[in-house]
Amino acid sequence: MNDSIVKIERAVVSYREDVALRDVSLEVKRGEFLGVIGPNGAGKTTLLTLINGLGKLLQGHVWVLGQSISRGSVNGIRKKIGYVSQLQNIDPRMPINVREVVMVGRYGQLGLFRRPIKRDHDIVDRTLELVGMSHLASRPIGHLSGGEQQRVAIARALTQEPEMFLLDEPTASLDWRAQRELLELIKIIHEYQHLTTLFVTHDLNALPDICDRVILMKNGVIWGQGKPREMLRTDILSQLYDAPILIQEHQGKQVFLKAS
Amino acid sequence: MDLSILGYQFMQNAILAAFLGGVACATIGVFVVLMGMSFIGVCLSHAAFAGALLGVLLGFDPLLGAFLFSLGTAAIIGPLASRGELNLDTSIGVLFSLMLGLAFIFMGLMSGPKTEMLGLLWGSILTVSRTDLLLLGIVSAAVVGLVLLFYKEIQAVIFNREIALAVGIPAGFILYGILFLTGSTITVSLSPIGGLLIFSLIINPAAAAYQLTYSLKKMFLLSAIFGVVSGWIGLLASYLFDVPSGAAIIVASSLIFGVATLFSPKRKVKRWKAKDEPSRVL
Repeated sequence: MNDSIVKIERAVVSYREDVALRDVSLEVKRGEFLGVIGPNGAGKTTLLTLINGLGKLLQGHVWVLGQSISRGSVNGIRKKIGYVSQLQNIDPRMPINVREVVMVGRYGQLGLFRRPIKRDHDIVDRTLELVGMSHLASRPIGHLSGGEQQRVAIARALTQEPEMFLLDEPTASLDWRAQRELLELIKIIHEYQHLTTLFVTHDLNALPDICDRVILMKNGVIWGQGKPREMLRTDILSQLYDAPILIQEHQGKQVFLKAS
Repeated sequence: MDLSILGYQFMQNAILAAFLGGVACATIGVFVVLMGMSFIGVCLSHAAFAGALLGVLLGFDPLLGAFLFSLGTAAIIGPLASRGELNLDTSIGVLFSLMLGLAFIFMGLMSGPKTEMLGLLWGSILTVSRTDLLLLGIVSAAVVGLVLLFYKEIQAVIFNREIALAVGIPAGFILYGILFLTGSTITVSLSPIGGLLIFSLIINPAAAAYQLTYSLKKMFLLSAIFGVVSGWIGLLASYLFDVPSGAAIIVASSLIFGVATLFSPKRKVKRWKAKDEPSRVL
C-alpha cells in the first residue's frame, strides 16, 4: 500500500439484476495517469463511483487514500477527490454564476456552518485564471458553451485542492476544438499539480497521450491492462469493441478509425 | 377608501398571517421551482389535507394529523428522490392519488356539518387563531434561519445534487431537510391558506422571481417579497370585493407571475444585426 492511492480488491457491484462490476481488482499508484477505456456498459463509470464512494459495493474491499471506504469515511475521502462528469444539461436560466459554481468545490472542504473566507476566494480566482475562465466569472453558468462549462467543472474540482482527479467522459459531446483544448488543460493540470488522474472514455481519440497505463474494460471486468503502446493495438481494440478498428499515425500521434 | 378595518384585531392578525405565510411559502417555493419538485409540493399539500381531515374525523387536533401525514409522505418521497430508484414521478403520482383518495374517504365518513372540513380546503385567513399565528411565526423563522445557516450547502444541492455529494456535502441530509421544511410549512399554512390553494402560494412567487434574476440570493428575496405582497393584495381585494381571501391571494400571486414573465429579462432575444454574421470562408 506504500505508494498506492487506490486499491480495489475483488469488487462486485450490482444494480438490481445487472452486475456492473464482477470481481474487479485494481491498484493505482500515486501520480499515475490512468486511462480507462471500453464500450458502453463495460463498467467504466461504476469503477470511478467505487473510488469516490458513490457506487454501492456488494462484495470486496476498496481503499482510497489509505482509508477503507465506509459510511463513516466516505465524506472525508470525497473532499480530496476532484470529480468531473460528462457535460451536464444546465438550465440557461439557472440563477448561479460561474464563480459560485467554482466555489462549490470549496464548500465540502469548509464543512457546515463555515462561510468562505479570503483564502477560499483567492483559490477560486487562481483556479479560474488557470482554466482561462476569469473573464466569464460573473456569467450565469447556463449561458456558457459546452467546452466552457467543462472548464468550469474542472476548476470546481481543482478548488477542492484534490489529491486525485476522476474524469468521467469529460470531452463527450464537445466539438473537436473544445475537446482538444480540454485535453491539453487536463494534461497541464495533471503534470503541474502532481495529481493522480483516472480518465474514463469510450472514445479512443479522446484518450490523452500522457497515459501511463490503460485499463481495458468489457462486460464488468478488467479485460486487459498495460502500457498504451502495448494495449492500443488494432487486434486488441477490435476485440474489445467488437468492431474492426484501424490505427493510423498522424504527426506522431495515433488516430483511431472505425473500419467499415 | 375606508381603512378603519385595519383597526380590527382579526384584520391585523390576517395581515401578519399573510406576511409570515408569504415568507415561508415563497422561500420554500424557491427549492420547489429550482429543484423541479412541483409535483412533490402538490403531493405534500394533499397529504396534509388528508391528515387534517383524519384529525377532524377522529377528534384529535387536525394540525397534528396534517403534520404527521405530510412528514410521513416526505419520509417516503425522500429516499425515492435521493436514490433515483423507481420512477419518481410515478411514485409521487401513486402517493398523491392515495392521499386524495384517503381525503375523500375521511370526508365521506364524516357526519353532520362539514364546515371545518371546508375551512381546511379553502382556508380562512380572516379567522386565523393565535395558535395558528404562533406556529406560522415559528415555521417562518425556522425556514429563513435554516436557509441562512445552510445557504452554501443549499446552493450546491440546488445546482446539482450529484456534484454536491461528490465534493463532500451531505446532500441527502440537505434534501431531507428541504422536504421536512416543505411539509412543515404546508402544515401550518393549511388553516389560513387552505389545502387546495397553498400550492399556488408556494409556486407562483418563486416562479415570478425566477423570471427576474440570475442571482439565487435575489431570487430568495424577491420570492419572499412577492409572497407577502400577494397575501396583502389578496386580503385587500377580499375586503373590497367581498370574495374569498384564499382565492384572492392566489389570483394576486398569479398576476404577479404574469407581470414578471412579461417583463422577464430572460425572455429577451438579442437583436440580430448584419455585422453579427460570422464571416464565411466558402
